Amino acid sequence: MAAGRVNPFLTLIFSVFLVCFSTTVIASEDKNDQEGKEEKKPGFNATEVIFGHILDAHEFHFFDIIKKNGEKKPVTIPLPVILYSPQRGLTSFMSSKFHHGHDPYKGYMLLTEHKIHEMKKQGIDVKKAGLNPGKIIPITADGKWDQSVKVYDISLTRNVVQMFLALSILVWIMVAIAKRYQRGEGVNTAPKGMQNLLEPVITFVRDEVAKPNLGRKYEKYLPYLLTVFFFILINNIFGLIPGSANVTGNIAVTLVLGLISFAVILFSSNKHYWGHIVNPPGMPIGVKAILIPVEILSVFIKPFALIIRLFANMVAGHIIIICLISLIFIFASLNVYAGWGTSIFSIAFTIFIYFIEILVAFIQAFIFSMLTAVFIGQAFEGGHDDVDHHSDPVVV
Amino acid sequence: MVLLSEVPNANAGGAIGAGLAAMGAGIGVGQIGKGAVEAIARQPEALNDIRSNMILTAALVEGAALFAIIVGFLAMVL
Repeated sequence: MAAGRVNPFLTLIFSVFLVCFSTTVIASEDKNDQEGKEEKKPGFNATEVIFGHILDAHEFHFFDIIKKNGEKKPVTIPLPVILYSPQRGLTSFMSSKFHHGHDPYKGYMLLTEHKIHEMKKQGIDVKKAGLNPGKIIPITADGKWDQSVKVYDISLTRNVVQMFLALSILVWIMVAIAKRYQRGEGVNTAPKGMQNLLEPVITFVRDEVAKPNLGRKYEKYLPYLLTVFFFILINNIFGLIPGSANVTGNIAVTLVLGLISFAVILFSSNKHYWGHIVNPPGMPIGVKAILIPVEILSVFIKPFALIIRLFANMVAGHIIIICLISLIFIFASLNVYAGWGTSIFSIAFTIFIYFIEILVAFIQAFIFSMLTAVFIGQAFEGGHDDVDHHSDPVVV
Repeated sequence: MVLLSEVPNANAGGAIGAGLAAMGAGIGVGQIGKGAVEAIARQPEALNDIRSNMILTAALVEGAALFAIIVGFLAMVL
């Protein structure tokens, strides 16, 4: 009876799908035989595309126009490159001077996938030297890598530019709203315009994040919590715009955020907190031997978990979206019809994940500020007789 | 393909590790969801408290899983 229930339409789609694959197997075997030993595979390179989106770059790259003669013309917004080297001094120019890695400029060269392959052939240990596509290296007059020159790259990369852009928009909105509140609009009257959007969010952070965890001292920490919340939120949302940089998915950005939180936690800690870490009261000596190292470690693990959580969440979301899109082209390089067939499912899933990512953007901003508040609350919590003792969340 | 490791075992290990981490996190988050839904069914008026605690705990479980994912990723990259 099970066979009677199968939808004939689905059977048709499934068979068409299978037919697509049955032809691809033969085609791909042919390809492998012809170009088995060639180091550069033609067609779609998913690794390059995924890392190109995740990592930082010296330009905003949108798409490539492939000309009739097979030449690729990338569509980009170039960004300023600023290099400092003790031997050569300060150099600055636009990244368009590199022509996407084709030409060296002023004794510097932008590494590409192709150039790294060439360097590998010359016997340079690429991995040990930390050479990745997108890195700028100094070169000698004959175009070789000059290993004696040390270069510090302090360019305005796309992450930096986008972060400044997001921050200036954030500051502009917030200052405009704050001025209106100072004039009394929204205090004595109903809030208007942008105030309606942000007042619930600000009161949410105050009532759900700060007050339950920080108790009486919440006003002291509210500016920091709100700043962190809105900084992460606006960068998460800007990172979801196609073609933009992935600011909160950069470990350096989250590292700095985590270190600032760590400093705030340390500066608000009291004697009671350190007493419980260094010498937990009421414990037998054997338990203390295990507990004290764990407690000391937990001081450092807390901010580390904040760093990794935000970084990994944002990177994972971006990778999932790019992988789903890449799937179309991976199948299309096997067979054009398989590519078209995949694109339907792929785009549907992408839209689904994209909406989840918008949710994640808010949740991660909330989680980061919430956990910071929880850790600060733990750091200045008094003894058991303290009346201000609100909640005791169990946290790593 | 410079970024990914050229050792097949490393890639396989990273992928298997990521899969195990996803399994663990799935079980963990599932338990949290189960607990929260049961708690809400018993006490619907405590919805807001339960929800915020649920999100917080889910984030912590997810954090542990993401550590594993990062380690798996490093196994593939380094």
